[in-house]
Amino acid sequence: MNEITSAIQIIPLEHYILLSIIMFSIGVLGVLFRRNTIVILMCIELMFNSVNLLLTAFAAYHSDLTGQVFVFFIMIVAAAEVAVGLSILVMMKRNVDSVDINQLNRLKW
Amino acid sequence: MVTDSYLKALVWLVPLLPLAGFLITGLGRKRLKGHIAGILASTAVVISFVLSVILFFSLRKPGTEPLTVTLFSWITTGELSVPFAFLIDPLSLTMMLIVTGVGALIHIYSIGYMHHDERVNTFFAQMNLFTFSMLLLVMGSGYLLLFIGWEGVGLCSYLLIGFWFKNPDYNYAARKAFVMNRIGDLGFLLGIILMFFTFHSLSFSEVFGKAATFDKGAPVITAITLLLLVGAVGKSAQIPLFTWLPDAMAGPTPVSALIHAATMVTAGIYMIARSGVLFNLAPVTLTVIMVLGLATAILAAIIALKQNDIKKVLAYSTVSQLGYMFLALGLGAYSAAVFHVTTHAFFKALLFLGAGSVIHAMGGEQDITRMGGLKTKLPVTFLTFAIATLAISGIPPFSGFFSKDLILAKAFEHNLVLYVFALGGALLTCFYMFRLLFVVFFGNLRSPEVHPHESPRIMTIPLMILAVLATVGGFLNMPSLLGGHSGFLAFLQPSTQSLETGELAHSTEWGLIFLSLALLGTVFWIAWRKFLKQKHIPEKDDHTLNLAGKIVYQKLYIDQIYAFLLEKPYSWLSSFLFRKVENQLLDPLVDGVGHLTSELGTLTRRFQRGNLSFYLFAMVAGILLFIVFILFV
Repeated sequence: MNEITSAIQIIPLEHYILLSIIMFSIGVLGVLFRRNTIVILMCIELMFNSVNLLLTAFAAYHSDLTGQVFVFFIMIVAAAEVAVGLSILVMMKRNVDSVDINQLNRLKW
Repeated sequence: MVTDSYLKALVWLVPLLPLAGFLITGLGRKRLKGHIAGILASTAVVISFVLSVILFFSLRKPGTEPLTVTLFSWITTGELSVPFAFLIDPLSLTMMLIVTGVGALIHIYSIGYMHHDERVNTFFAQMNLFTFSMLLLVMGSGYLLLFIGWEGVGLCSYLLIGFWFKNPDYNYAARKAFVMNRIGDLGFLLGIILMFFTFHSLSFSEVFGKAATFDKGAPVITAITLLLLVGAVGKSAQIPLFTWLPDAMAGPTPVSALIHAATMVTAGIYMIARSGVLFNLAPVTLTVIMVLGLATAILAAIIALKQNDIKKVLAYSTVSQLGYMFLALGLGAYSAAVFHVTTHAFFKALLFLGAGSVIHAMGGEQDITRMGGLKTKLPVTFLTFAIATLAISGIPPFSGFFSKDLILAKAFEHNLVLYVFALGGALLTCFYMFRLLFVVFFGNLRSPEVHPHESPRIMTIPLMILAVLATVGGFLNMPSLLGGHSGFLAFLQPSTQSLETGELAHSTEWGLIFLSLALLGTVFWIAWRKFLKQKHIPEKDDHTLNLAGKIVYQKLYIDQIYAFLLEKPYSWLSSFLFRKVENQLLDPLVDGVGHLTSELGTLTRRFQRGNLSFYLFAMVAGILLFIVFILFV
């Protein structure tokens, strides 16, 4: 455990932050500009995991296990959320025979 | 100790039986056939009467402690603690005997009178509920329980006046009675609240105990008693709230006999007599009661002179007699008032039941100008009605003589003017009652198409029993003048605290009796000459009457005056509020809120276009704005 922590601490914290920002920005841009719903879903996961990464990095730097345990919980919830998202996607494919986000323009009332 | 607990068991059975009768006849009203509901309801009240008689004989010895029976603790919160308890003392025993005794006779009579009606089961259920509420009223050991009974009888009165609800006029009469009673009840309730803040208790014994520490004429006591008086005025139909009682005759005749003659309308008198300790401390209130009572007695008697509806005459007569009771209360003679309540219950119930028998025989006709000559057709009804007429007119040895003479003597002791007016009212009573008797039972029948027949025995037997009571009821309180010892007043004294007044000299009393008898004889002779000898028949309408007659015929235009003074301004105010405040101020305001919401909706619905990528964009943009806001602002 301590080895991993010290291994993480070898790399400066700024790198982690920078990596997270890049991953997050890719995710945001993907969500905004891609039309394929699967890709959008993946981009959301990307943003999500960038935040997770940041959280673990901070936890390691503070030598506090709570943050890392917390990440596991988040991942479990995320897995459930992905299951729901993907099933919606399956239904979408069955109903409109497409995964183009712009096909979903009747989501009102 | 054994007998004591045995008596206590009897006490709570008395109101419980009519309640059980109400539940059985009320819940089973769809299933009970024929006379069963009537027999059940009557049995419940008869047994209650028997129990009351047993209680009376166990507790009548002078000096017996009043019996308090606590069923359970009902409300306990803060300093308020109200047990559900009954107080059995001479006053409540008297009222219990009247309510159950006269009530039982009227129930039995109703079996015959109501047997044609399709809702007869409902009728008996409501009558039993009334009896229960009335018993609660007179047996309760505090003002709150009294108030529950008070409201209960008001409700039953409303239901039974509007019993034939298919006629809109009857519904209107029921509503009028309810609203007028409500005005009184509000005063009563305020009185009770003020009493609680003053004495921190509502039970009779505690309130009266603490009242002794106040001075005579203390303002707070005067305020409490005046508010209680408002309640009594509404319930007992005194000026200015008396107009509901004549209209209440819309109900079936047994209802008029039970509720609007014998029991409910005397609740106000009972309440004031019960609170004698408080009223003794408030001379101002007593004077107000005295004036109101006397004015009501005379006014109602005048109106009764020209009425042609047999029940209306009796209704105004009831108002007038209630006025006499108020007069007695105002003189501090609470026991005398309760004595008049007792005798009045006998002869007025008899008069109403007799009138019911006449109406029954005439096939629903109530107009006395279309009756006449019924004395041979309805011999029993005629005889009993005549006895009741003699009793109410105050002719010895019938019961009304004793009670009315007592009140007149008290008035004489107090003030000569008072006596003259009270005597005048009594003479009017004599005149309109004999007018009624002569016009209805003598002469020739004026509607040839009906063939009257005597009522069945189930109706005439209660009449006979009441006639006996109306004859001998006065002997309960034989004055010392005639060798008695005022037993009734002495019996009541522990619970009413009447003001003591000096006895009149016997020669003065004899003088007063002979004076009133001579005048009554004269009035009787005038009525006899006018209606029997000259066969005068009351005018059917007011065209042929002179001005005074016209005004009396139209009941002194009191309903119209009330309509002009109260209804007109009220409806003007409502229509003003409707047109100006509601339509021009409130409506635009409320509508404006609606319009604003819908406009805002039109604006914001543009963002809700259903395009998912737009939503995502909006979300990200929102988050960015948020971040910018947090970082730079």
